Amino acid sequence: MIADVQPTTTWYLILAAVVFGIGAVGVMIRRNPLVMFMCIELMLNAVNLSFVAFAKRLGDIGGQTAVFFVLVVAAAEVVVGLGIIVSILRRRPGATADDLADLKG
Amino acid sequence: MIETIVFAIAALMILVGAVGVVASSHPVHSALSLVLTLFGVAVQFVALEANFLAAVQVIVYAGAIVVLFLFVIMLLGVARAEDLRTDRLPIQRPLAGVLGLAIVGLLIAAFVASRDTEPLAVGPGLAIAGEAGAGAADVNLADHDANIRQLSFNLFSDNVFVFELTSVLLIVAVAATVVLTRRERSKSAAEAGPVES
Repeated sequence: MIADVQPTTTWYLILAAVVFGIGAVGVMIRRNPLVMFMCIELMLNAVNLSFVAFAKRLGDIGGQTAVFFVLVVAAAEVVVGLGIIVSILRRRPGATADDLADLKG
Repeated sequence: MIETIVFAIAALMILVGAVGVVASSHPVHSALSLVLTLFGVAVQFVALEANFLAAVQVIVYAGAIVVLFLFVIMLLGVARAEDLRTDRLPIQRPLAGVLGLAIVGLLIAAFVASRDTEPLAVGPGLAIAGEAGAGAADVNLADHDANIRQLSFNLFSDNVFVFELTSVLLIVAVAATVVLTRRERSKSAAEAGPVES
């Protein structure tokens, strides 16, 4: 009985849901913009995991293609986001998300 | 049985790393916990027969993105511990916890309600569903690099236009970052706004 247990798609999806929830809570409670970015990466990885699990379950390679594009978009997003954070923190050192509530420089 | 052990160890890596990202008071510790999570996800990709994506995950995420994070942390000098004890908005953390539990609970309820309890099929590789390219039928599924062949057939036959668009996106992102982080002439940073959107 125990030896027959194999991880099903539901296991992977539940793991992805938990990681997504941890990332969402991190975005809501952390104030350091860099850590908020890392939590967004956590959520993207959770979605990637569920994409690959569905790709295996359905026997369709299109899910892995979607993960490929998510990786590319995540790389571009990190580059632009870190550029914005660098330009903000260079002007106001130690700024948190609370200090950036207004759109004025 | 071995799949269950691999799943349990990788899931433990992913969850410990994810909690470490959120709960670490030091940004460098958060970045290193993120590496642990990314490696766990790569292990799960291998278990799900996505070998190419596991390699790309390690190279791009752990090799490039986390290193970029660490560079920014070190260069900006923000690598100091943040006080996580004090809470400026008293209702923020309970509200975030309730919302996070609601997200996770609803997702798990949906997954469990729609689950199919039969185990995953164990096979040499994924079958190509739908109409694939003309050469896709020649791919030997038992080949050791069947995964990368199938992915490349799908990428360069059905999604080739999206693939070209991603190259445009990367060029725009690189140009926008160069304009944004240039030190002199801060007016050009304002002009870069509509470029990236």
